Amino acid sequence: MNWLGLVPFAIFSLLFLLLPTFNIVLGAFRTQQGAATLDNVMNLAQPRIAIAFWVSIKLSFASALIGCLLGFILATTVALGGLPRWLRQSTLTFSGVASNFAGVPLSFAFIATLGRVGILTIVIREVFGINLYGLGFNLLSFWGLVLVYLYFQIPLMILIITPALDGLRREWREAAEILGATGFQYWRRVALPILWPPTLGTMALLFANSFGAIATAVALTGSQLSIAPIVLFNQIRGDVLQDPQLGYAIAFGMIVITGITNLIYIVMRVRSERWLK
Amino acid sequence: MKSARLWSYLIFLTGVMYFIIPLIGMFEFSLRKRRGEYSFDAYTSVLTDAQFQQTFLYSLLMALVAIVFGILLVVPTAYWVRLRLPKMRPVVEFVTLLPLVIPPVVIAFGYIRLFNTSSVLPFLGSQFGTDVLLSCGYVVLALPYMYRAVDTGLRAIDILTLTEAAQGLGANWPAIIFRVIFPNVLVAVLSGAFLTFAIVIGEYVISALLDRPAFGPYLVWIGSNKAYEPSALAVMTFAVTWGCMALIQVVTRFSKHTRTSI
Repeated sequence: MNWLGLVPFAIFSLLFLLLPTFNIVLGAFRTQQGAATLDNVMNLAQPRIAIAFWVSIKLSFASALIGCLLGFILATTVALGGLPRWLRQSTLTFSGVASNFAGVPLSFAFIATLGRVGILTIVIREVFGINLYGLGFNLLSFWGLVLVYLYFQIPLMILIITPALDGLRREWREAAEILGATGFQYWRRVALPILWPPTLGTMALLFANSFGAIATAVALTGSQLSIAPIVLFNQIRGDVLQDPQLGYAIAFGMIVITGITNLIYIVMRVRSERWLK
Repeated sequence: MKSARLWSYLIFLTGVMYFIIPLIGMFEFSLRKRRGEYSFDAYTSVLTDAQFQQTFLYSLLMALVAIVFGILLVVPTAYWVRLRLPKMRPVVEFVTLLPLVIPPVVIAFGYIRLFNTSSVLPFLGSQFGTDVLLSCGYVVLALPYMYRAVDTGLRAIDILTLTEAAQGLGANWPAIIFRVIFPNVLVAVLSGAFLTFAIVIGEYVISALLDRPAFGPYLVWIGSNKAYEPSALAVMTFAVTWGCMALIQVVTRFSKHTRTSI
């Protein structure tokens, strides 16, 4: 009888989450006639697709790594750097907003700022005499995209890592100091080993976060950029080439990658909860 | 120690610059429509655009449907799992986190394959069916946030005692859920609702692939066709996101005495 209460949820998630995904995964290993095959997955190795996946991985990795690093520095500064308390609360509130301010509007903001006629581009040219675009900077490039992605990656890192920083007990620092540790030794031997699992876990989450992101890139580059989600998007819309089975395989490849990174996140989270109660 | 604090401020200010300048940039750009002077022309141009009104209203409606549907699905489920099926909690939690693992573009692809006109459930066969499917997709996108918000809210109250008290007074299940449990987790539910709204209102991938006239695809379209209007829209979207987050803070703080934390 107790199971009945779970029926609506089970039906909903089966119908709108599990079955659609399962259908895609199954399709990746089938021919159009329904026979089992590995050809679709093998087809991912063709240069057009492989390069798109590689660019996607590099993009997600770069934005996750830099976002993690800068987010960590900012969170530590705010949590432990002796700044006033209200700054800390407003940083967290702003992070909540900025981590949700992704997608199309975010790319508009950056075009207005660092595009060819953006305010910062003009100010730097008029005031400092430096022509960014003359120096080879381009917002619609790999590193331009990383710069934009950081706008939601850094705040997400701050939001997740701040509770972990709060979990560092004052006693640990005092104990280290009594035993004669320098500030550097405390961080190297005590704080960082404890913060390492949640940091790595968050990085995996940031990776998955930008790996599936598509709207920002579409609005910025007009779906011309060859990254995995855009290639799949175009494949579904059918304006690339007519091979539906390849679409299944691309989707399957994406699930595998985000699946692995989320697994890393979960494992690291469990490990970090040992210390941070 | 003093120089350490100086460094803290320096690092913090650098961070503030990175986050503030694009906001200033988009605001300044949105005022540039009239030649030679600042004006709100881009805003009036956007707000009087019939397509803006239609797509925004459409997304607004979709968001509301997704919120109501999400609440009706998540609150009883999370309650029931906590009350009667604690063993199933890891499983349900895992399912609710799946939308973070499966990219939205893949979910949309799955919908197109599974619910096409020749399938058993031809949602995509009619316009209304597609709208229903889209709102279900939005419920899925918001599921991780909604479920976690409600579950945290439930943890803060004693659902067993509340349930037994209600049963002792002769309440049936719908009455327990909607008149006892629901008011007690209202703050958590509202947080989940505002977060759902912030996610859904500018959503692009699923609505574009299901070919519905939502706000997200309109944003992309205007981004490649107009110069100053996109910035005006970005400013307005930022204000909406900001408003949602502010409302979450307000309702959370407003009810601090119930010891609910999100």
